[in-house]
Amino acid sequence: MSILVDRSTRVIVQGITGKEGTYHAMACRDYGTKVVGGVTPGKGGTTHEGFPVWNSVFDAKSAENPDVSLIFVPPAFAADAILESIAASIPLIVCITEGIPVLDMVRVRRVLDARNAEGARIRLIGPNCPGVITPDGAKIGIMPGYIHKRGRVGVVSRSGTLTYEAVWQLTQLGLGESTCVGIGGDPVRGLNFVDVLDLFEDDPETEAVVMIGEIGGEDEEKAAVFARNEMTKPVVGFIAGLTAPPGRRMGHAGAIVSGGKGTAREKMAFLERHDITVVDNPSLIGKTVADVLKNGTRRRPVNTGV
Amino acid sequence: MNIHEYQAKELFKEFGIPVPNGILVESKEAISSALSSSGLFTGENRPSVWAVKAQIHAGGRGKAGGVKIARKIGEIPGFVETLLGKVLVTHQTGPEGRVVQKIWIEEGSNIAKEFYLGAVVDRSQRRITLIASTEGGMEIEEVAENRPEKILHLSIDPAEGYSPYIGRRLFGFLGLPFPVQSQFVNLVRDLVDFFVRKDASLIEVNPLVLTKENTLVALDAKVAFDDNALGRHPEIRSLRDPSEENELEIEASKYNLNYVKLDGNIACMVNGAGLAMATMDVIALAGGSPANFLDVGGGASQETVEQAFRIILGDPHVKGIFVNIFGGIVRCERIAGGIIAAAKDVKVTVPLVVRLQGTNAKEGREMLKDSGLDIQVAEELFEGAEKIVLSVKGGK
Repeated sequence: MSILVDRSTRVIVQGITGKEGTYHAMACRDYGTKVVGGVTPGKGGTTHEGFPVWNSVFDAKSAENPDVSLIFVPPAFAADAILESIAASIPLIVCITEGIPVLDMVRVRRVLDARNAEGARIRLIGPNCPGVITPDGAKIGIMPGYIHKRGRVGVVSRSGTLTYEAVWQLTQLGLGESTCVGIGGDPVRGLNFVDVLDLFEDDPETEAVVMIGEIGGEDEEKAAVFARNEMTKPVVGFIAGLTAPPGRRMGHAGAIVSGGKGTAREKMAFLERHDITVVDNPSLIGKTVADVLKNGTRRRPVNTGV
Repeated sequence: MNIHEYQAKELFKEFGIPVPNGILVESKEAISSALSSSGLFTGENRPSVWAVKAQIHAGGRGKAGGVKIARKIGEIPGFVETLLGKVLVTHQTGPEGRVVQKIWIEEGSNIAKEFYLGAVVDRSQRRITLIASTEGGMEIEEVAENRPEKILHLSIDPAEGYSPYIGRRLFGFLGLPFPVQSQFVNLVRDLVDFFVRKDASLIEVNPLVLTKENTLVALDAKVAFDDNALGRHPEIRSLRDPSEENELEIEASKYNLNYVKLDGNIACMVNGAGLAMATMDVIALAGGSPANFLDVGGGASQETVEQAFRIILGDPHVKGIFVNIFGGIVRCERIAGGIIAAAKDVKVTVPLVVRLQGTNAKEGREMLKDSGLDIQVAEELFEGAEKIVLSVKGGK
């Protein structure tokens, strides 16, 4: 088992004829992901690097009924691309694009929430994220596949390369990963820590979860409350940005401490108070997970059997 | 992106939000000609009080002496002279402060009461949220901390947009007098319209003033825009004031490098924003102090690395460099080649520690060791941080 994606998952790529789209569609296929084709408006009916191309997500949907759309569309057009996949009811949308205007995402998120409130089940990962991977199953994103190894630990993160760092440690120690989800560094996005923790809690293959957060916002705090109240599995947390100055955007639009809120120190203390094992040295994420697993600490959620 | 108060007020005016009349002065010479020609100082209807306000991208100007009130025209040139070229240090500028290069002079208002009105993209609501408070002129963070009941937050559903009832709710909360209700409701409408149409990320009117003549005026204006949306607003991009930004940061942005200057002396160069922040943290954990945040992005080609070295070394405080690259899609031996060529070209004279991990890291590290350059190589993140801290502290 794993979460969100596995060997049978069928993927289309929006923006497949672009440079990034082409490169990563091929890299995902090389990893073993079932990439069934892609979408580029105006290039429908052609074949690109062996992938069939459609004019719209709707055309792709009627031809292949894909499970996932992976989006590599430039930021100015990315919101439209996500909205198109939502309209076509693609169950999982993974948006890699970095630099989407936040008010575009406000609108996208509103539409997505409304569709789901009407009974649809559509999930969005990202934007501005590395994607999702189930090792030896499906790589749907830009992460280097080979650093992963199928195993026992779920990883959820707001960061890209920092996630690779943590994954590499887990792989080196032989623990491996069940699924790794990069939820992205933007302030308004799809899946959040809580949603992914919930999935990991229900996944029999996942024995522990690594949660990699950053300064800014309060999503890590919400996740900590969820873990405390609803989870039995141990969570190891890291927060990047202890040395980040307030008011400055640190690479990600979401990584900004404003009005003294969202500092790393505050977040770490909050996580600790909610029984999350906090690592302050990112070199020790893997080792800390190994220790936690060895000690066999199963947590008793506060809301037992309610 | 931040803009000056005077620029924000010009935009407010475009959107129909009431602001005091004023003029911008950038030199001592300009003030004398303005005094004799501008309607702000001549004619029957000239005001009796003027505010002379230093224009810098930081709050807290009033407390730092950056705002002067002139009750006679004769006082204005003196105030301008004092403020122009002055280094203003406020709680938002850092200890080095900001040099005042522009002065905004505006008519004074007959203040009856001050309020706070703001709008922001609220990430947890995933909506634009309006913030109003009866405690105008104070830091809103302070009010939120001490008297949260004095603040009202109202989110705007993007599917619904602004509707006058939202303005009326804020109006009721603020306890404004009935004669200004429609003025206020329209002002909130225009503010939201501005926010949405210009892709703002923050608007603060602090204070919003009720005058004794029962009019509303935005006495101060602070506006920030979403950097991701500047592409569709060339008119906003042109308002950028490079003198308010760090030179090295501007230089870095030309090469798509994400650089933020900090106060320490150990520079770092990293691929990825999260890992870059974590690298800064690890430098501090090892007993050092980071000189910058620098994300070279996914590519990390020789050219990028060279430019990154140049920018890092442009900061005279830098006493050592820690390069931390997690090779994913980019192979480490290519990165090592880039680092070697760049280090030769740029002539890095301070200690250099390179930590390579990921794809072909072993080959990359071998190349660095065999390069004949004075590069220390590390495998693990913390090991690299310890090495650079030790070198900078002289224990090498």
